Amino acid sequence: MNRATTYRVLPGFGLSLGYTLAYLSLIVLIPLAAVFLKTFSLSFEQFWAAISAPRVVASYKLSFGASLLAAAINTVFGMMLAWALVRYTFPGKRIVDALVDLPFALPTAVAGIALTALYAPNGWLGQILEPLGIKVAFTPLGVLVALIFIGLPFVVRTVQPVLADLETELEEAAASLGAQRWQTFRLVILPILLPALLTGFALAFARAVGEYGSVIFIAGNIPMVSEITPLMIITKLEQYDYTGATAIACVMLLLSFALLLVINGLQAWTQKRGEKGS
Amino acid sequence: MRFCHMILRAGIALGSITAAHDVVADATILNVSYDVSRELYKDINPAFVAEWKTQTGEQLTINQSHGGSSKQALSVVNGLEADVVTMNQAPDIDILASRANLVSADWSKRFPHDATPYTTTSVFLVRKGNPKGIKDWNDLARPGIQVIVPNPKTSGNGRYTYLAAWGYALTKNAGSDAAARDFVSKLFANVPVLDGGGRGATTTFTQRGVGDVLATFENEAILIEREVGADKFDIVYPPLSIEAAAPVAVVDKVVDKRGTRKQAEAYLRFLFSPPGQDIIARHHFRPRDAAVFKKYAGGFPAIKTFTVHEQLGGWAKVQKEHFADDGILDQIMVRR
Repeated sequence: MNRATTYRVLPGFGLSLGYTLAYLSLIVLIPLAAVFLKTFSLSFEQFWAAISAPRVVASYKLSFGASLLAAAINTVFGMMLAWALVRYTFPGKRIVDALVDLPFALPTAVAGIALTALYAPNGWLGQILEPLGIKVAFTPLGVLVALIFIGLPFVVRTVQPVLADLETELEEAAASLGAQRWQTFRLVILPILLPALLTGFALAFARAVGEYGSVIFIAGNIPMVSEITPLMIITKLEQYDYTGATAIACVMLLLSFALLLVINGLQAWTQKRGEKGS
Repeated sequence: MRFCHMILRAGIALGSITAAHDVVADATILNVSYDVSRELYKDINPAFVAEWKTQTGEQLTINQSHGGSSKQALSVVNGLEADVVTMNQAPDIDILASRANLVSADWSKRFPHDATPYTTTSVFLVRKGNPKGIKDWNDLARPGIQVIVPNPKTSGNGRYTYLAAWGYALTKNAGSDAAARDFVSKLFANVPVLDGGGRGATTTFTQRGVGDVLATFENEAILIEREVGADKFDIVYPPLSIEAAAPVAVVDKVVDKRGTRKQAEAYLRFLFSPPGQDIIARHHFRPRDAAVFKKYAGGFPAIKTFTVHEQLGGWAKVQKEHFADDGILDQIMVRR
């Protein structure tokens, strides 16, 4: 690397980097370091026993599986929602736009109670679904529903601005060059949206993995079936087992970090590919 | 905006400490208690404040904090400055002694009846007319019955139900632990939803319409019948159940630091006095005072009960064998 490439036009790099690191340390790294430090008071056998108990492993599967699935569903439907909000004008559009943010603002416990009331066997939706053999409340499916609810705004809000910047002329040009609708979507629109979609996916996923309040009401919390990992942590805490709780928290942190790293890598890759293409 | 604000405030209020009085006071004490004692202390506190005022002339303010019993104990261990703790199971006070030395180890000797001013017991609440014919604990383990119980790991209420079932099975099977384990496994295989606390289980059974029977404290069952509707539910008393005694203690370290020992001790003594016992009985807890019990005997059907101490060898043993990690409860839950 020569001097010409490291020369920066904007001043204050040292200051802003210092500020960034100090702030990140204070807000993120130090609390997380405390989690790991606490875990080190366990011997490896104890650590392994805490994180590999069958109930805990079952909870990882549910937490990460349902979160990934919920994020994927939100990516598809969130994109459609963003599309409708950006490309069309219709009466009540502003209200719909505001509704998207509601899962952000609502205390998660309220969301959980509302969803449970709705999907319980005697609820509005529950009593329609129950005769069809579909049980939502108090099953893993209920967990999925809650995670979809809380993750939706993340996808819509990341995709929306990118879509708004996307000029309709681009699609018109594609059409005039003989592209079919599907080709226009797949070859012109999707590559531009992909980085934003991946970011939305990552955010929705991260939010879902850590979610506690809304899920706890609708899950039923049956061991080996519908217990999420955050519940395992809370259960351990309530039994005064701090180190066991932090051990599970460590696993969650590392798994989430690894997954987010992969998603961010994918995002960077698609962005680079997109730039090269255009 | 205002609507959002309201929801937010409701959310905050859920877990927060509520001041009972706005009066400027000479002294304040904080009572950290379990989840469903809210209504009881709402009546106890003004009565004691009035009595304290006439006795000493001091205007006392009593603040309340409520939540899951074990969670509350944990908050006190972590530094919540409770002058007194009023819990529903002894382990939640023992932990204050063993973990943080906040309470002296002989706390149960400081007040009468092992420092438990009242008891309740585990009973069944069933749908009106008892369509599934539930009469005793063995009906709860029948195939096809759905039982609602809060999680025994996190809820004192669920813990007592679990121990009641265990004690019942011991009596029926000449003290065989293997038979008791088999019975309790069958019972918990019938649990479709595990709530974290007693009130959560109440909501699941009464509002969501899940389950054939709710196993809960007698006082909670009576409250549901009164508040939600006697036309919807019936209370069933099994012939044998567990005595759930609610322990209280002064938090020595805190009262010595804050200089509130006098008030805190008088407050807890008030619970054992006839006026205090009367309020307790009106909230459907079984009072210790024989005269008060007699006065309200109509509300407390005779039921044979055993204590954790006499039937199950005491809390320390139960805690270690049943509720510790990989204890019997964990094994039962994983192999359902």
